[in-house]
Amino acid sequence: MSPAPRRRPKLAVWKFASCDGCQLSLLDCEDELLALAGEVEIAYFPEASSATVRGPYDLSLVEGSITTADDRERILRVRSTSRRLVTIGACATAGGIQALRNFADIDDFVSLVYAQPQYIETLATSTPISAHVAVDFELHGCPIDKYQLLEVIAAQLLGRRPQIASASVCTECKRRGTVCVMVAHGTACLGPVTHAGCGAICPSFNRGCYGCFGPMETPNVGALTRRLREQGEPETAIDRVFHTFNATAEPFASAGSGGG
Amino acid sequence: MAESRTKTIRTDTLARVEGEGAMHVRIESGRVTEVELRIYEPPRFFEAFLRGRDFSEAIDITSRICGICPVAYQMSAVTAMESLCGVEVSGPVRELRRLLYCGEWIESHALHIFMLHAPDFLGFDSVVAMARDYPQVVADALVLKKAGNEIMRVVGGREIHPVNMRVGGVHRAPSKRELSTLVPGLERAREIALAAVPLTAGLDFPDYEQDVELVALAEPGRYPIDRGVTIVSSAGLEITPPEYPEHFVESHVPWSHALHSQHIGSGNYLVGPLARFATAYDELTALAREAAAGVGLRPPERNPFRSIVVRAVELVHAVDEALSLIAAYEEPDAPAVAVEPRAGVGHGVSEAPRGLLYHRYEIDADGTILDATIIPPTSQNQSVIEADLRAVVESSLDLGDDELGRRCEQTIRNYDPCISCATHFLKLDVQRC
Repeated sequence: MSPAPRRRPKLAVWKFASCDGCQLSLLDCEDELLALAGEVEIAYFPEASSATVRGPYDLSLVEGSITTADDRERILRVRSTSRRLVTIGACATAGGIQALRNFADIDDFVSLVYAQPQYIETLATSTPISAHVAVDFELHGCPIDKYQLLEVIAAQLLGRRPQIASASVCTECKRRGTVCVMVAHGTACLGPVTHAGCGAICPSFNRGCYGCFGPMETPNVGALTRRLREQGEPETAIDRVFHTFNATAEPFASAGSGGG
Repeated sequence: MAESRTKTIRTDTLARVEGEGAMHVRIESGRVTEVELRIYEPPRFFEAFLRGRDFSEAIDITSRICGICPVAYQMSAVTAMESLCGVEVSGPVRELRRLLYCGEWIESHALHIFMLHAPDFLGFDSVVAMARDYPQVVADALVLKKAGNEIMRVVGGREIHPVNMRVGGVHRAPSKRELSTLVPGLERAREIALAAVPLTAGLDFPDYEQDVELVALAEPGRYPIDRGVTIVSSAGLEITPPEYPEHFVESHVPWSHALHSQHIGSGNYLVGPLARFATAYDELTALAREAAAGVGLRPPERNPFRSIVVRAVELVHAVDEALSLIAAYEEPDAPAVAVEPRAGVGHGVSEAPRGLLYHRYEIDADGTILDATIIPPTSQNQSVIEADLRAVVESSLDLGDDELGRRCEQTIRNYDPCISCATHFLKLDVQRC
């Protein structure tokens, strides 16, 4: 007798304030997309499908940060209908580049961009999903790496821990044999303190890492900052490079002239 | 209450578009009284936090406005900064940038034609559902899309938010050998793109024509992609990019986080594939023109539902040109020229897959950004989309609500709207009275 058909786990993809790039990573899995759709039921993914299947969902992927009062409520509902919740990308894990508002006066920002500020509903801050609900795993990157995304989905569905290294980008340069741009050319590089995962793309293009994967586990930001100063990087440039795509993630948040 | 036959059609979450939007249509006694394309995607305030950043940073920062067309943002930003500093990048470095941009066009058009728009015409909810009945079409579409992404990866470092653009050039010019690895995939992609033209032309199109001004970038001898010498229109407009703000104005409406753009003195206008096809048909490669002629497509095409066919023709062009660019590529002596900032104002315009993207920056002598203005294609098209919705609903009142709602969503998708971009931008909500 053949076994009863297996119930496929239900996958949902949610969007908050973001550029859509991280969920696009799923559609960019050209070789794996149809196989994935065979293994999981893509139950809620508005960017790709107008059909929706009701929750609860076995796995929710959440892109984007919380920037409005409505979204602050919506994430609670997403959490309550999700068995496991994984945040994808710098917006969801650290507030994203739009968290630069956290360091400014939001009313100035609104009136700068919009002629009729009274039509705009926004919070004064952009905050990561983990500031609002429990998160089962955070996948870093601006954008995330699609192969890491597939690993996280597989691991969550199998109930094992994702094999995602928490070391620095430096380890990836060494592995691919890229000459150190900081040592060889004096190029400012955040590789020593930045979370691995991209495959050390920027140094392979002769530029310094700009930290889009956010801080690695236990980074020594102070030592890197001293080195950047020694090689003559202006204080303003050091401040800016730490305060871009993961500006509110410690210890990037307090790096530069504000701290380290 | 026979006289108050009010009806509302609403879609709270528009699917298969990039970003968050909704649609609201109100019908009273057979007349459409309200059409609103609501962009509730939360604002992210790029133009505000660009102030105080270095002029070299606008490339990677504005890229984060959109994960679907990051190269468009990078290219408009870099062009603005270079023109401001009196530098024009030419030769193999310009061609490399254009190749990168072709990669984005291929990836984005393949995504929109097959994964977002074709399911409307064929009656599916998604490409995954479509794959059950059309397995070979979907398999081929993924090969095509991947060929575009491979260009992004080899020339730009990665598919989303590539890292290789810099003021003055690129960080690293790939070798001829690296580019040659792209050729077999692109040759296969060219066959698939050529087949996509009759495939899309064979779909059923609603009868609908619009008479609207078509606006696109122009450069003699080049289909408008990475940059242009002038901005031209079907109504005879011909201006330089710095003159753009004198001719187009953005206004803010209460139902949207996107700003609506208007041509001063003439109102609504359209950017994107239909506009480029109308104004620059002669600059398409011979193969792309033959593919268009083969299905009877001639400029100007006035039915926005047929934009899917024009996108397929542009796909042929982008793949064909990418192959030519690779064949002609010689590694440059240097990947970039030095650019010193100087105080002033710079304008940068390029053709994102969904239409003209304008950037304006003011910087000081140290290179600090003092002011930034970004006008994405979807803001420019929003008024036309609303006008189309009104006309399409009025001519389709005999349809049931579900059918009418689907027709409205399809109308919106004709424009491949990028809502993340336009927020500074969508939900369907039809009320019938």
